[in-house]
Amino acid sequence: MSGKHTLIDKSPREATAAREIALRYGNRPDALLEILHDIQHDMGYIPEAALPALAKALNRSRAEIHGVVTFYEDFHHDPVGRHVIHICRAEACQAMKANELIAMVERFLKVKLGQTTADGAITIEEVFCLGNCALAPAVMVNDKLVGRVDAAKMETIIAECRK
Amino acid sequence: MIKIYVPRDSAARSVGADEVAAALSTRAADLGIEIVRNGSRGLLWLEPVVEVETAQGRIAYAPVSESDVASLIAADFHKGGAHPLRLGNIEEHPYLKNQERLTFARCGITDPVSVADYVKHGGFEGLKTALGLSGAAIVAEVTESGLRGRGGAGFPTGIKWKTVHDAAADQKYVCCNADEGDSGTFADRMVMEGDPLMLIEGMTIAAIAVGANKGYVYIRSEYPDAIATMRQAIVAATEANWLGNNIQGTDKSFDLEIRRGAAAYICGEETAMLESLEGKRGTVRPKPPIPALEGLFGKPTVINNVLSFAAVPFILAKGGAAYKNYGMGRSRGTLPFQLAGNIRQGGLVEKAFGVTLRQLVMDFGGGTFTGRPVRAIQVGGPLGSYLPADQMDIEMDYETFAAAQAMVGHGGLVVFDDSVDMARQARFAMEFCAIESCGKCTPCRIGSTRGVEVIDKIIAGEQREANLELLSDLCQTMTDGSLCAMGGLTPMPVLSAIKHFPEDFDKPQRLAAE
Repeated sequence: MSGKHTLIDKSPREATAAREIALRYGNRPDALLEILHDIQHDMGYIPEAALPALAKALNRSRAEIHGVVTFYEDFHHDPVGRHVIHICRAEACQAMKANELIAMVERFLKVKLGQTTADGAITIEEVFCLGNCALAPAVMVNDKLVGRVDAAKMETIIAECRK
Repeated sequence: MIKIYVPRDSAARSVGADEVAAALSTRAADLGIEIVRNGSRGLLWLEPVVEVETAQGRIAYAPVSESDVASLIAADFHKGGAHPLRLGNIEEHPYLKNQERLTFARCGITDPVSVADYVKHGGFEGLKTALGLSGAAIVAEVTESGLRGRGGAGFPTGIKWKTVHDAAADQKYVCCNADEGDSGTFADRMVMEGDPLMLIEGMTIAAIAVGANKGYVYIRSEYPDAIATMRQAIVAATEANWLGNNIQGTDKSFDLEIRRGAAAYICGEETAMLESLEGKRGTVRPKPPIPALEGLFGKPTVINNVLSFAAVPFILAKGGAAYKNYGMGRSRGTLPFQLAGNIRQGGLVEKAFGVTLRQLVMDFGGGTFTGRPVRAIQVGGPLGSYLPADQMDIEMDYETFAAAQAMVGHGGLVVFDDSVDMARQARFAMEFCAIESCGKCTPCRIGSTRGVEVIDKIIAGEQREANLELLSDLCQTMTDGSLCAMGGLTPMPVLSAIKHFPEDFDKPQRLAAE
């Protein structure tokens, strides 16, 4: 028996998982963003090995899949921290000193926006509007929105993330 | 069982509503209370607002924190007992009482995902009417109402629907643009979290009007609560046969699907949203063809903002003329304004067009949060103009704003106090455009980057006059040459900041002179 056709799946685990998620959406190319969200939900980021698998499943070119993954800010190309804190720096939060809050967090965690702390606990990201503009400044800790964030609240959030 | 309402709105949750609800639920059995997670009434600075259903109406206590729960229980709050946080009947609160709530009439009152509650409060009356009308008659009613697109462009909704209605095609779509990315706006989010069935009803009416059987709601990923609530509402509406096949036993069917965005501001532009819905990069399509004729998958497509669809059930239930009665000039009906930024009483204020900026910011909003004087207000999102405090008597109306080189947009007001540096805000407008541009057209992609550089030079006092002229020229190129509003309107905040606050662009010179 030739080694070409085999029931044993020799592709990387990430590719197999990506194929399974695509199949849940009937391999519909228009569902690509949903598929990518689900992959990131399961694996924490979009692994390189998922791209050719998706290209084949959705009948798109690998370049097209790569183009989509890199266009949208949501999709991480590398693993991120155990917790992701999005800090809003849009106008309503700026009016409530969001830039000062960001500078404070960067100093405290010793990382810049888009980076992960040395202990792997926290990635901080910028975001443009969380829809909590009446209770600015706002941050989102994983999927949880927090409003009226000051230094004390931020310290509590960071301590929780580091537990 | 006494009903206690604790909002599930994400703004309320962001300041502790879940913790309050959890603390109350541990005592639910012995107090004989039932906790309902309602939407928010929009008095966001008071959140979390806890309401108790009594014979005297809904008595509110706010803002309640987890640590207040014990003293509330000791004060017999569930019987409306006296307590320092007691506000009285919430509907008598001036912030609510002075509004004209047509779209937000139910938000905060009901359980958002209960079809029974929705129907009890007038829900699906519009759809019932629509089911008995021809598509053309529904379009005529919407046209009569004078409703204009609430996403920001203000295009007449009836005309858009008529174009799709008149187009011959084997398949049509209805798409809701819920990519509410403008800073200072949260009305779409509040609808989706607080009264999602109204959006479903509005979209279903649109589908019946134009002859579509498939729809999508494109919701930004920054709104996980809205996504979850909309999904629950779609399941509930389908189970009750207000959605899906043969709606209420008629020959009308409409299938609705949620799609998540992925943090691209540009996908709030309708053609970029279509690309995204097709699973592609969110780049802008040149127009024509217009989406009403060649939209999603090349088929005729109705695309409206959440608030446009949300206004429709009222229009069908009460008639287009009833809606048209509100407003001024060619801006008919109401707009849910959103008071945001540095503001004391931030929240949602639905008023007829014609209300002044001063009434909104000072009377409803109570001035700045910091207590310092208001210096600038950005109206209509990151692409809207900055207005100075001395122009607050302007009436909120599409044409009045256009005449003042500003825009009403999606009704978001972001207030800044006198500590704001308007040159930094102008720079940010260009920076935001550079970050969020889809890259398809050059004036937007490159112009925004050059814009940041030129403003940096002006801030540094480098050849100020020459660079101001260059910036003005660049803004003209972006306005005239961009494919869509992203690059086309970024000059609005920039030029308005220079026009109204020239002193902020002249700091090095003034320092040198001193």
